[in-house]
Amino acid sequence: MVIDKLKETFSKEILDLEVRNDRRFTLTIDPAALLPVSEHLFRNLGYRFIIASALHTKQGFEIYYHFSNDSTGLILNLHVILEQVKPEIESLSNMFEASNWIEREMHELFGIDFLNHPNLEQLLSEGNWATGEYPYRKKFKSNGEAQA
Amino acid sequence: MSKQTLIPIGPYHPLQEEPELFKLYCDGEIVKDVKWETGYNHRGIEKLAEKKSYDEVFFLVERICGICSTSHPFAFANSVEEIAGVEIPNRAKYIRSIIGELERLHSHLLWVGLAGHFLGYNTVFMWAWKYREPVLDLFEMISGNRNSYAMFKVGGVRRDIENQKIPAIEKVLSLVKKKTDMLVGAVMDDPVIHARTKGVGILSKEDILDFAAVGPTARASGIDMDVRRDDPYAAYPLVNWKVITAEAGDVFAKAQVRLLEMYESISIIDQCLAGLKKEKEGEVTVKVKHIPEGYGTGRAEAPRGEVFHFVVSDGSNSPARHKIRAPSYTNISTFKKSCVGQSISDATISLAAVDPCYCCTERLAVALDRKSGKRILNAKEIISHSTSITNKLLNKNP
Repeated sequence: MVIDKLKETFSKEILDLEVRNDRRFTLTIDPAALLPVSEHLFRNLGYRFIIASALHTKQGFEIYYHFSNDSTGLILNLHVILEQVKPEIESLSNMFEASNWIEREMHELFGIDFLNHPNLEQLLSEGNWATGEYPYRKKFKSNGEAQA
Repeated sequence: MSKQTLIPIGPYHPLQEEPELFKLYCDGEIVKDVKWETGYNHRGIEKLAEKKSYDEVFFLVERICGICSTSHPFAFANSVEEIAGVEIPNRAKYIRSIIGELERLHSHLLWVGLAGHFLGYNTVFMWAWKYREPVLDLFEMISGNRNSYAMFKVGGVRRDIENQKIPAIEKVLSLVKKKTDMLVGAVMDDPVIHARTKGVGILSKEDILDFAAVGPTARASGIDMDVRRDDPYAAYPLVNWKVITAEAGDVFAKAQVRLLEMYESISIIDQCLAGLKKEKEGEVTVKVKHIPEGYGTGRAEAPRGEVFHFVVSDGSNSPARHKIRAPSYTNISTFKKSCVGQSISDATISLAAVDPCYCCTERLAVALDRKSGKRILNAKEIISHSTSITNKLLNKNP
Protein backbone atom coordinates (compact mmCIF):
# COMPACT_ATOMS: atom_id res chain seq x y z
CA MET A 1 0.00 0.00 0.00
CA VAL A 2 1.43 3.33 -1.14
CA ILE A 3 0.31 5.28 1.90
CA ASP A 4 1.85 2.82 4.38
CA LYS A 5 5.16 2.96 2.53
CA LEU A 6 5.05 6.75 2.50
CA LYS A 7 4.40 6.76 6.22
CA GLU A 8 7.42 4.54 6.72
CA THR A 9 9.72 6.65 4.53
CA PHE A 10 8.65 9.98 6.02
CA SER A 11 7.69 8.92 9.52
CA LYS A 12 8.95 12.13 11.09
CA GLU A 13 7.67 14.55 8.46
CA ILE A 14 4.11 13.24 8.27
CA LEU A 15 2.07 14.78 11.06
CA ASP A 16 -1.34 13.35 10.23
CA LEU A 17 -3.03 11.02 7.77
CA GLU A 18 -6.67 11.29 6.79
CA VAL A 19 -8.29 8.59 4.66
CA ARG A 20 -11.39 10.12 3.06
CA ASN A 21 -12.25 7.08 0.94
CA ASP A 22 -10.34 4.44 -1.02
CA ARG A 23 -9.16 6.97 -3.63
CA ARG A 24 -8.71 10.14 -1.54
CA PHE A 25 -5.98 10.65 1.06
CA THR A 26 -4.67 13.69 2.85
CA LEU A 27 -1.26 13.85 4.48
CA THR A 28 -0.58 16.78 6.75
CA ILE A 29 3.16 17.34 6.64
CA ASP A 30 5.74 19.60 8.17
CA PRO A 31 6.11 22.58 5.75
CA ALA A 32 9.90 22.11 5.82
CA ALA A 33 9.45 18.62 4.34
CA LEU A 34 7.42 19.71 1.33
CA LEU A 35 10.29 19.46 -1.15
CA PRO A 36 11.52 15.94 -0.28
CA VAL A 37 7.99 14.50 -0.05
CA SER A 38 6.88 16.08 -3.37
CA GLU A 39 10.09 15.02 -5.04
CA HIS A 40 9.53 11.44 -3.91
CA LEU A 41 5.92 11.52 -5.21
CA PHE A 42 6.85 13.11 -8.55
CA ARG A 43 10.13 11.40 -9.41
CA ASN A 44 9.92 7.99 -7.74
CA LEU A 45 6.21 7.24 -7.68
CA GLY A 46 5.16 9.01 -10.91
CA TYR A 47 2.51 11.25 -9.38
CA ARG A 48 1.22 14.18 -11.41
CA PHE A 49 0.82 17.61 -9.82
CA ILE A 50 -2.78 18.74 -10.37
CA ILE A 51 -2.88 22.11 -8.63
CA ALA A 52 -2.54 23.67 -5.19
CA SER A 53 -5.36 25.32 -3.23
CA ALA A 54 -4.68 27.92 -0.59
CA LEU A 55 -7.09 28.81 2.21
CA HIS A 56 -7.01 31.46 4.87
CA THR A 57 -8.29 30.11 8.16
CA LYS A 58 -7.94 31.10 11.79
CA GLN A 59 -5.04 28.63 12.09
CA GLY A 60 -3.09 30.53 9.42
CA PHE A 61 -2.60 29.87 5.75
CA GLU A 62 -3.27 26.34 4.64
CA ILE A 63 -2.17 24.93 1.30
CA TYR A 64 -3.38 21.68 -0.18
CA TYR A 65 -1.05 20.38 -2.89
CA HIS A 66 -3.13 17.98 -4.96
CA PHE A 67 -1.26 15.11 -6.60
CA SER A 68 -2.82 12.49 -8.83
CA ASN A 69 -1.81 8.93 -9.55
CA ASP A 70 -3.35 8.32 -12.95
CA SER A 71 -2.87 4.56 -12.93
CA THR A 72 -4.95 4.10 -9.77
CA GLY A 73 -7.21 7.18 -9.87
CA LEU A 74 -5.91 8.24 -6.48
CA ILE A 75 -5.75 11.85 -5.30
CA LEU A 76 -3.19 12.54 -2.62
CA ASN A 77 -3.41 15.92 -0.91
CA LEU A 78 -0.29 17.23 0.81
CA HIS A 79 -1.55 19.61 3.45
CA VAL A 80 0.66 22.22 5.08
CA ILE A 81 -0.22 24.93 7.59
CA LEU A 82 1.76 28.16 7.43
CA GLU A 83 1.93 30.82 10.07
CA GLN A 84 -0.47 33.77 10.10
CA VAL A 85 2.06 36.60 10.15
CA LYS A 86 4.70 35.78 7.54
CA PRO A 87 3.55 32.83 5.47
CA GLU A 88 6.33 31.35 3.35
CA ILE A 89 7.24 27.97 1.92
CA GLU A 90 9.67 26.48 -0.60
CA SER A 91 8.59 26.69 -4.24
CA LEU A 92 8.04 23.50 -6.24
CA SER A 93 8.63 25.27 -9.56
CA ASN A 94 12.27 24.25 -9.79
CA MET A 95 11.11 20.63 -9.86
CA PHE A 96 8.28 20.99 -12.42
CA GLU A 97 6.83 23.87 -14.43
CA ALA A 98 3.27 22.94 -13.48
CA SER A 99 3.35 24.81 -10.17
CA ASN A 100 4.82 28.01 -11.62
CA TRP A 101 1.54 29.85 -12.32
CA ILE A 102 -0.40 28.68 -9.28
CA GLU A 103 2.37 29.76 -6.90
CA ARG A 104 2.41 33.19 -8.50
CA GLU A 105 -1.37 33.29 -8.18
CA MET A 106 -1.30 32.32 -4.49
CA HIS A 107 1.40 34.90 -3.91
CA GLU A 108 -0.78 37.54 -5.52
CA LEU A 109 -4.13 36.63 -3.94
CA PHE A 110 -3.04 35.45 -0.48
CA GLY A 111 0.37 37.05 -0.02
CA ILE A 112 2.15 33.75 0.56
CA ASP A 113 5.87 33.88 -0.30
CA PHE A 114 7.36 31.04 -2.31
CA LEU A 115 11.07 30.78 -1.65
CA ASN A 116 13.40 30.24 -4.63
CA HIS A 117 10.58 30.64 -7.16
CA PRO A 118 12.14 31.39 -10.59
CA ASN A 119 9.83 34.33 -11.26
CA LEU A 120 7.40 35.41 -8.55
CA GLU A 121 5.83 38.24 -10.61
CA GLN A 122 2.13 38.96 -10.52
CA LEU A 123 0.13 36.67 -12.78
CA LEU A 124 -3.32 38.25 -12.91
CA SER A 125 -3.13 41.94 -12.15
CA GLU A 126 0.02 43.12 -13.93
CA GLY A 127 0.78 45.10 -10.80
CA ASN A 128 -2.39 47.20 -11.02
CA TRP A 129 -3.60 46.37 -7.54
CA ALA A 130 -2.56 48.14 -4.36
CA THR A 131 0.59 46.62 -2.90
CA GLY A 132 0.13 44.73 0.34
CA GLU A 133 -3.60 44.16 -0.34
CA TYR A 134 -4.46 40.51 -0.78
CA PRO A 135 -8.05 40.02 -1.97
CA TYR A 136 -8.47 36.41 -0.83
CA ARG A 137 -7.31 37.03 2.73
CA LYS A 138 -9.95 37.04 5.44
CA LYS A 139 -10.36 38.98 8.66
CA PHE A 140 -11.21 37.00 11.78
CA LYS A 141 -13.20 38.03 14.83
CA SER A 142 -11.85 37.20 18.27
CA ASN A 143 -14.02 34.06 18.42
CA GLY A 144 -12.38 32.79 15.23
CA GLU A 145 -15.33 33.38 12.88
CA ALA A 146 -14.57 34.91 9.51
CA GLN A 147 -15.84 38.46 9.09
CA ALA A 148 -18.04 39.25 6.13
CA MET B 1 22.80 38.40 -28.72
CA SER B 2 21.23 39.25 -32.03
CA LYS B 3 18.41 41.76 -32.24
CA GLN B 4 14.96 40.26 -31.68
CA THR B 5 11.60 41.44 -32.98
CA LEU B 6 8.58 41.43 -30.69
CA ILE B 7 5.36 40.29 -32.31
CA PRO B 8 2.31 40.69 -30.04
CA ILE B 9 -0.75 38.48 -30.45
CA GLY B 10 -3.51 40.05 -28.39
CA PRO B 11 -4.84 41.06 -25.98
CA TYR B 12 -7.56 41.81 -28.54
CA HIS B 13 -6.75 40.04 -31.76
CA PRO B 14 -8.82 38.52 -34.58
CA LEU B 15 -7.21 35.16 -33.85
CA GLN B 16 -8.68 34.96 -30.39
CA GLU B 17 -12.18 35.58 -29.17
CA GLU B 18 -10.90 35.88 -25.62
CA PRO B 19 -8.43 38.48 -24.42
CA GLU B 20 -4.92 37.26 -23.69
CA LEU B 21 -1.58 38.69 -24.74
CA PHE B 22 1.15 36.51 -26.21
CA LYS B 23 4.47 38.15 -26.99
CA LEU B 24 6.54 36.27 -29.54
CA TYR B 25 10.21 37.22 -29.52
CA CYS B 26 11.49 36.43 -33.00
CA ASP B 27 14.83 36.33 -34.72
CA GLY B 28 13.97 36.57 -38.40
CA GLU B 29 11.18 34.04 -38.94
CA ILE B 30 12.07 31.91 -35.93
CA VAL B 31 10.32 32.25 -32.56
CA LYS B 32 12.98 32.46 -29.86
CA ASP B 33 10.86 33.01 -26.75
CA VAL B 34 7.22 33.38 -25.74
CA LYS B 35 5.89 35.43 -22.87
CA TRP B 36 2.29 36.11 -22.01
CA GLU B 37 0.09 38.27 -19.89
CA THR B 38 -3.08 36.78 -18.46
CA GLY B 39 -5.76 38.16 -16.22
CA TYR B 40 -7.76 40.16 -18.77
CA ASN B 41 -10.58 37.75 -18.11
CA HIS B 42 -10.23 37.34 -14.36
CA ARG B 43 -13.72 37.43 -12.89
CA GLY B 44 -13.05 36.40 -9.30
CA ILE B 45 -15.32 33.37 -9.62
CA GLU B 46 -13.66 31.48 -6.74
CA LYS B 47 -14.39 34.38 -4.42
CA LEU B 48 -17.92 34.82 -5.79
CA ALA B 49 -18.65 31.15 -5.08
CA GLU B 50 -18.15 31.79 -1.36
CA LYS B 51 -21.16 34.12 -1.43
CA LYS B 52 -23.53 31.76 -3.23
CA SER B 53 -25.51 28.76 -2.10
CA TYR B 54 -24.54 25.32 -3.39
CA ASP B 55 -27.43 25.42 -5.85
CA GLU B 56 -26.40 28.81 -7.19
CA VAL B 57 -22.73 27.84 -7.57
CA PHE B 58 -23.78 25.45 -10.35
CA PHE B 59 -25.01 28.37 -12.44
CA LEU B 60 -21.89 30.33 -11.62
CA VAL B 61 -19.35 27.66 -12.56
CA GLU B 62 -21.31 26.87 -15.70
CA ARG B 63 -20.37 30.34 -16.89
CA ILE B 64 -16.62 29.88 -16.49
CA CYS B 65 -16.47 28.50 -20.00
CA GLY B 66 -19.02 28.79 -22.76
CA ILE B 67 -17.94 25.75 -24.72
CA CYS B 68 -17.38 23.20 -21.99
CA SER B 69 -20.11 24.63 -19.79
CA THR B 70 -21.05 21.26 -18.31
CA SER B 71 -17.61 20.08 -17.26
CA HIS B 72 -17.36 22.54 -14.37
CA PRO B 73 -20.77 21.67 -12.86
CA PHE B 74 -19.75 18.02 -13.38
CA ALA B 75 -16.57 18.37 -11.31
CA PHE B 76 -18.34 20.56 -8.75
CA ALA B 77 -21.13 18.00 -8.33
CA ASN B 78 -18.52 15.25 -7.91
CA SER B 79 -16.72 17.17 -5.18
CA VAL B 80 -19.85 18.19 -3.24
CA GLU B 81 -21.26 14.67 -3.49
CA GLU B 82 -17.94 13.40 -2.12
CA ILE B 83 -18.35 15.66 0.92
CA ALA B 84 -21.97 14.63 1.46
CA GLY B 85 -21.36 10.96 0.58
CA VAL B 86 -24.22 10.90 -1.91
CA GLU B 87 -24.80 8.16 -4.48
CA ILE B 88 -26.96 9.38 -7.35
CA PRO B 89 -29.55 7.25 -9.19
CA ASN B 90 -28.42 5.32 -12.29
CA ARG B 91 -30.69 7.30 -14.57
CA ALA B 92 -29.02 10.53 -13.44
CA LYS B 93 -25.61 8.95 -14.05
CA TYR B 94 -26.56 8.11 -17.63
CA ILE B 95 -27.97 11.59 -18.22
CA ARG B 96 -24.84 13.23 -16.85
CA SER B 97 -22.64 11.17 -19.14
CA ILE B 98 -24.87 11.85 -22.16
CA ILE B 99 -24.63 15.61 -21.56
CA GLY B 100 -20.87 15.38 -21.02
CA GLU B 101 -20.30 13.43 -24.21
CA LEU B 102 -22.62 15.55 -26.36
CA GLU B 103 -20.58 18.49 -25.17
CA ARG B 104 -17.34 16.76 -26.13
CA LEU B 105 -18.79 16.16 -29.59
CA HIS B 106 -19.68 19.77 -30.23
CA SER B 107 -16.49 21.05 -28.64
CA HIS B 108 -14.26 18.80 -30.77
CA LEU B 109 -16.22 19.77 -33.89
CA LEU B 110 -15.67 23.40 -32.99
CA TRP B 111 -11.95 22.80 -32.58
CA VAL B 112 -11.57 20.91 -35.85
CA GLY B 113 -13.29 23.83 -37.59
CA LEU B 114 -11.09 26.43 -35.92
CA ALA B 115 -7.93 24.47 -36.63
CA GLY B 116 -8.90 24.28 -40.30
CA HIS B 117 -9.59 28.01 -40.27
CA PHE B 118 -6.17 28.81 -38.76
CA LEU B 119 -4.52 26.77 -41.51
CA GLY B 120 -6.50 28.59 -44.18
CA TYR B 121 -8.63 25.50 -44.89
CA ASN B 122 -12.02 27.13 -44.51
CA THR B 123 -13.99 24.29 -46.05
CA VAL B 124 -13.28 22.19 -42.97
CA PHE B 125 -14.34 25.15 -40.83
CA MET B 126 -17.69 25.43 -42.64
CA TRP B 127 -18.35 21.69 -42.54
CA ALA B 128 -17.41 21.17 -38.92
CA TRP B 129 -19.48 24.10 -37.70
CA LYS B 130 -22.41 23.11 -39.88
CA TYR B 131 -22.58 19.65 -38.30
CA ARG B 132 -22.04 21.07 -34.84
CA GLU B 133 -25.42 22.82 -35.13
CA PRO B 134 -27.58 19.66 -34.89
CA VAL B 135 -25.76 18.77 -31.64
CA LEU B 136 -26.58 22.20 -30.22
CA ASP B 137 -30.18 21.72 -31.35
CA LEU B 138 -30.22 18.51 -29.30
CA PHE B 139 -29.15 20.49 -26.25
CA GLU B 140 -31.96 22.94 -26.90
CA MET B 141 -34.40 20.05 -27.08
CA ILE B 142 -33.09 18.44 -23.87
CA SER B 143 -32.50 21.48 -21.70
CA GLY B 144 -34.03 24.48 -23.47
CA ASN B 145 -30.60 26.04 -24.00
CA ARG B 146 -28.00 25.56 -26.68
CA ASN B 147 -25.33 26.33 -24.13
CA SER B 148 -25.17 26.55 -20.31
CA TYR B 149 -27.67 23.75 -19.94
CA ALA B 150 -28.31 23.99 -16.18
CA MET B 151 -28.75 20.21 -16.00
CA PHE B 152 -26.76 19.45 -12.86
CA LYS B 153 -27.57 19.67 -9.17
CA VAL B 154 -26.28 18.07 -6.02
CA GLY B 155 -27.82 14.60 -5.94
CA GLY B 156 -28.65 14.22 -9.61
CA VAL B 157 -29.88 16.22 -12.57
CA ARG B 158 -32.55 18.89 -12.89
CA ARG B 159 -34.31 17.50 -15.94
CA ASP B 160 -34.98 14.03 -17.19
CA ILE B 161 -34.33 12.97 -20.77
CA GLU B 162 -37.69 11.32 -21.41
CA ASN B 163 -37.61 8.06 -23.34
CA GLN B 164 -39.69 9.64 -26.14
CA LYS B 165 -36.77 11.94 -26.93
CA ILE B 166 -34.31 9.08 -27.44
CA PRO B 167 -35.09 8.43 -31.15
CA ALA B 168 -34.41 12.10 -31.99
CA ILE B 169 -31.02 11.93 -30.26
CA GLU B 170 -30.16 8.69 -32.04
CA LYS B 171 -31.06 10.25 -35.38
CA VAL B 172 -28.69 13.19 -34.85
CA LEU B 173 -25.94 10.86 -33.64
CA SER B 174 -26.09 8.74 -36.77
CA LEU B 175 -25.86 11.92 -38.87
CA VAL B 176 -22.88 13.20 -36.85
CA LYS B 177 -21.19 9.82 -37.14
CA LYS B 178 -21.50 9.90 -40.92
CA LYS B 179 -20.17 13.44 -41.06
CA THR B 180 -17.32 12.55 -38.71
CA ASP B 181 -16.26 9.92 -41.27
CA MET B 182 -16.18 12.70 -43.82
CA LEU B 183 -14.19 15.05 -41.57
CA VAL B 184 -11.72 12.34 -40.62
CA GLY B 185 -11.17 11.74 -44.32
CA ALA B 186 -10.83 15.46 -45.02
CA VAL B 187 -8.24 15.95 -42.28
CA MET B 188 -6.30 12.68 -42.20
CA ASP B 189 -5.85 12.27 -45.96
CA ASP B 190 -5.19 15.85 -46.91
CA PRO B 191 -1.57 16.43 -48.01
CA VAL B 192 -1.76 20.15 -47.15
CA ILE B 193 -2.86 19.45 -43.59
CA HIS B 194 -0.12 16.85 -43.27
CA ALA B 195 2.43 19.40 -44.44
CA ARG B 196 1.19 22.10 -42.05
CA THR B 197 0.68 19.99 -38.92
CA LYS B 198 3.08 17.04 -38.93
CA GLY B 199 6.22 17.69 -36.93
CA VAL B 200 4.80 21.05 -35.82
CA GLY B 201 4.41 22.09 -32.17
CA ILE B 202 5.83 18.85 -30.80
CA LEU B 203 5.44 18.16 -27.09
CA SER B 204 7.43 15.23 -25.72
CA LYS B 205 6.28 12.96 -22.88
CA GLU B 206 8.71 14.73 -20.55
CA ASP B 207 7.24 18.13 -21.48
CA ILE B 208 3.74 16.88 -20.67
CA LEU B 209 4.85 15.58 -17.26
CA ASP B 210 6.76 18.77 -16.55
CA PHE B 211 3.86 21.09 -17.39
CA ALA B 212 1.26 18.58 -16.11
CA ALA B 213 -0.71 19.04 -19.32
CA VAL B 214 -3.94 17.05 -19.52
CA GLY B 215 -6.57 15.76 -21.92
CA PRO B 216 -6.05 15.37 -25.68
CA THR B 217 -2.86 17.44 -25.39
CA ALA B 218 -1.33 14.77 -23.12
CA ARG B 219 -2.89 11.81 -24.92
CA ALA B 220 -1.43 12.97 -28.26
CA SER B 221 2.03 12.68 -26.70
CA GLY B 222 1.52 9.07 -25.70
CA ILE B 223 0.39 9.67 -22.11
CA ASP B 224 -2.43 7.23 -21.48
CA MET B 225 -4.60 9.18 -19.08
CA ASP B 226 -8.30 9.95 -18.94
CA VAL B 227 -10.15 10.79 -15.75
CA ARG B 228 -13.28 9.07 -17.06
CA ARG B 229 -11.42 5.75 -16.89
CA ASP B 230 -8.81 6.38 -14.17
CA ASP B 231 -11.09 7.91 -11.53
CA PRO B 232 -14.48 6.70 -12.73
CA TYR B 233 -17.60 8.78 -12.16
CA ALA B 234 -21.15 9.04 -13.54
CA ALA B 235 -21.98 6.26 -16.06
CA TYR B 236 -18.48 5.84 -17.52
CA PRO B 237 -17.73 2.60 -15.63
CA LEU B 238 -21.07 1.18 -16.84
CA VAL B 239 -20.29 1.40 -20.56
CA ASN B 240 -17.56 0.11 -22.88
CA TRP B 241 -15.19 2.54 -24.55
CA LYS B 242 -11.49 3.08 -24.99
CA VAL B 243 -9.01 5.89 -24.43
CA ILE B 244 -7.52 7.23 -27.67
CA THR B 245 -3.81 7.99 -27.67
CA ALA B 246 -1.19 8.90 -30.27
CA GLU B 247 2.58 8.97 -30.02
CA ALA B 248 3.87 11.83 -32.18
CA GLY B 249 2.95 14.76 -29.90
CA ASP B 250 2.55 17.18 -32.82
CA VAL B 251 -0.48 19.15 -33.98
CA PHE B 252 -1.53 16.33 -36.30
CA ALA B 253 -1.56 13.83 -33.42
CA LYS B 254 -3.76 16.18 -31.39
CA ALA B 255 -6.21 16.45 -34.29
CA GLN B 256 -6.17 12.67 -34.69
CA VAL B 257 -6.91 12.09 -30.99
CA ARG B 258 -9.80 14.54 -31.01
CA LEU B 259 -11.36 13.18 -34.19
CA LEU B 260 -11.17 9.56 -33.04
CA GLU B 261 -12.50 10.51 -29.61
CA MET B 262 -15.70 11.65 -31.30
CA TYR B 263 -16.46 8.05 -32.30
CA GLU B 264 -15.97 6.96 -28.68
CA SER B 265 -18.30 9.74 -27.49
CA ILE B 266 -20.98 8.63 -29.95
CA SER B 267 -20.60 5.03 -28.75
CA ILE B 268 -20.81 6.10 -25.08
CA ILE B 269 -23.99 8.10 -25.74
CA ASP B 270 -25.54 5.17 -27.62
CA GLN B 271 -24.87 2.82 -24.70
CA CYS B 272 -26.15 5.38 -22.19
CA LEU B 273 -29.35 5.81 -24.18
CA ALA B 274 -29.81 2.03 -24.06
CA GLY B 275 -29.19 2.23 -20.31
CA LEU B 276 -31.81 4.98 -19.94
CA LYS B 277 -34.47 2.74 -21.43
CA LYS B 278 -33.91 0.21 -18.63
CA GLU B 279 -34.26 2.77 -15.83
CA LYS B 280 -37.54 4.17 -14.57
CA GLU B 281 -38.43 7.58 -15.99
CA GLY B 282 -38.36 10.48 -13.56
CA GLU B 283 -35.94 8.95 -11.04
CA VAL B 284 -33.17 11.45 -11.60
CA THR B 285 -32.40 12.88 -8.20
CA VAL B 286 -31.93 12.04 -4.54
CA LYS B 287 -32.69 14.60 -1.88
CA VAL B 288 -29.64 16.12 -0.19
CA LYS B 289 -30.68 18.10 2.86
CA HIS B 290 -27.37 19.23 4.23
CA ILE B 291 -23.75 19.50 3.12
CA PRO B 292 -21.71 18.52 6.19
CA GLU B 293 -18.42 20.07 7.26
CA GLY B 294 -15.42 18.77 5.34
CA TYR B 295 -13.80 19.01 1.97
CA GLY B 296 -14.01 17.22 -1.34
CA THR B 297 -11.98 16.91 -4.50
CA GLY B 298 -13.92 16.33 -7.67
CA ARG B 299 -12.77 16.00 -11.22
CA ALA B 300 -14.24 15.45 -14.63
CA GLU B 301 -12.81 14.97 -18.10
CA ALA B 302 -13.75 18.05 -20.10
CA PRO B 303 -13.18 18.14 -23.87
CA ARG B 304 -9.85 19.86 -23.13
CA GLY B 305 -8.79 17.62 -20.25
CA GLU B 306 -9.18 17.22 -16.54
CA VAL B 307 -11.24 19.83 -14.70
CA PHE B 308 -10.48 19.89 -10.99
CA HIS B 309 -12.60 21.38 -8.20
CA PHE B 310 -11.68 21.53 -4.52
CA VAL B 311 -14.53 22.51 -2.23
CA VAL B 312 -14.27 23.21 1.49
CA SER B 313 -17.53 23.19 3.43
CA ASP B 314 -17.99 24.68 6.89
CA GLY B 315 -21.45 23.18 7.24
CA SER B 316 -23.26 26.31 6.02
CA ASN B 317 -25.10 26.46 2.71
CA SER B 318 -22.27 28.00 0.71
CA PRO B 319 -18.69 26.79 0.17
CA ALA B 320 -16.06 28.22 2.54
CA ARG B 321 -13.47 27.89 -0.22
CA HIS B 322 -13.81 26.79 -3.80
CA LYS B 323 -10.70 26.21 -5.90
CA ILE B 324 -11.10 25.59 -9.61
CA ARG B 325 -8.49 24.41 -12.08
CA ALA B 326 -9.55 24.36 -15.72
CA PRO B 327 -7.50 22.23 -18.16
CA SER B 328 -6.33 25.22 -20.20
CA TYR B 329 -4.55 26.51 -17.10
CA THR B 330 -1.88 23.85 -17.47
CA ASN B 331 -2.21 23.32 -21.23
CA ILE B 332 -1.59 26.95 -22.20
CA SER B 333 1.74 27.03 -20.37
CA THR B 334 3.07 24.37 -22.78
CA PHE B 335 3.31 27.10 -25.46
CA LYS B 336 6.72 27.80 -24.04
CA LYS B 337 7.82 24.45 -25.42
CA SER B 338 5.64 24.04 -28.51
CA CYS B 339 6.26 27.44 -30.15
CA VAL B 340 9.91 28.13 -29.45
CA GLY B 341 12.27 27.22 -32.30
CA GLN B 342 9.54 27.19 -34.92
CA SER B 343 8.62 29.70 -37.61
CA ILE B 344 6.06 32.40 -36.88
CA SER B 345 3.58 30.92 -39.33
CA ASP B 346 3.42 27.71 -37.28
CA ALA B 347 2.91 29.58 -34.01
CA THR B 348 -0.83 30.15 -34.51
CA ILE B 349 -1.66 26.50 -35.09
CA SER B 350 0.64 25.45 -32.25
CA LEU B 351 -1.23 27.83 -29.97
CA ALA B 352 -4.57 26.55 -31.24
CA ALA B 353 -3.54 22.89 -30.95
CA VAL B 354 -4.17 22.70 -27.20
CA ASP B 355 -7.65 24.15 -27.82
CA PRO B 356 -7.33 27.10 -25.48
CA CYS B 357 -10.75 27.87 -24.11
CA TYR B 358 -12.47 30.57 -26.17
CA CYS B 359 -15.86 31.79 -25.20
CA CYS B 360 -18.13 31.70 -28.21
CA THR B 361 -21.57 31.78 -26.74
CA GLU B 362 -22.45 35.24 -27.93
CA ARG B 363 -24.97 34.47 -30.53
CA LEU B 364 -27.26 37.49 -30.18
CA ALA B 365 -26.82 40.20 -32.79
CA VAL B 366 -28.80 43.41 -32.95
CA ALA B 367 -30.19 43.72 -36.45
CA LEU B 368 -30.97 47.31 -37.55
CA ASP B 369 -32.96 48.39 -40.54
CA ARG B 370 -30.60 50.27 -42.86
CA LYS B 371 -33.00 53.03 -43.81
CA SER B 372 -34.85 53.76 -40.60
CA GLY B 373 -32.16 52.57 -38.16
CA LYS B 374 -34.84 50.79 -36.14
CA ARG B 375 -34.32 47.36 -34.61
CA ILE B 376 -35.74 44.62 -36.79
CA LEU B 377 -36.22 42.29 -33.83
CA ASN B 378 -36.59 43.33 -30.21
CA ALA B 379 -35.73 41.18 -27.21
CA LYS B 380 -39.29 39.85 -26.84
CA GLU B 381 -39.46 38.85 -30.48
CA ILE B 382 -36.10 37.10 -30.29
CA ILE B 383 -37.25 35.10 -27.25
CA SER B 384 -40.51 34.13 -28.94
CA HIS B 385 -38.56 33.19 -32.08
CA SER B 386 -36.26 30.98 -30.01
CA THR B 387 -39.24 29.39 -28.23
CA SER B 388 -40.93 28.66 -31.52
CA ILE B 389 -37.80 26.87 -32.78
CA THR B 390 -37.67 24.80 -29.58
CA ASN B 391 -41.34 23.88 -29.99
CA LYS B 392 -40.77 22.99 -33.61
CA LEU B 393 -37.92 20.68 -32.61
CA LEU B 394 -40.07 19.04 -29.94
CA ASN B 395 -42.98 18.52 -32.32
CA LYS B 396 -40.79 17.22 -35.10
CA ASN B 397 -39.28 14.60 -32.81
CA PRO B 398 -42.14 13.38 -30.66
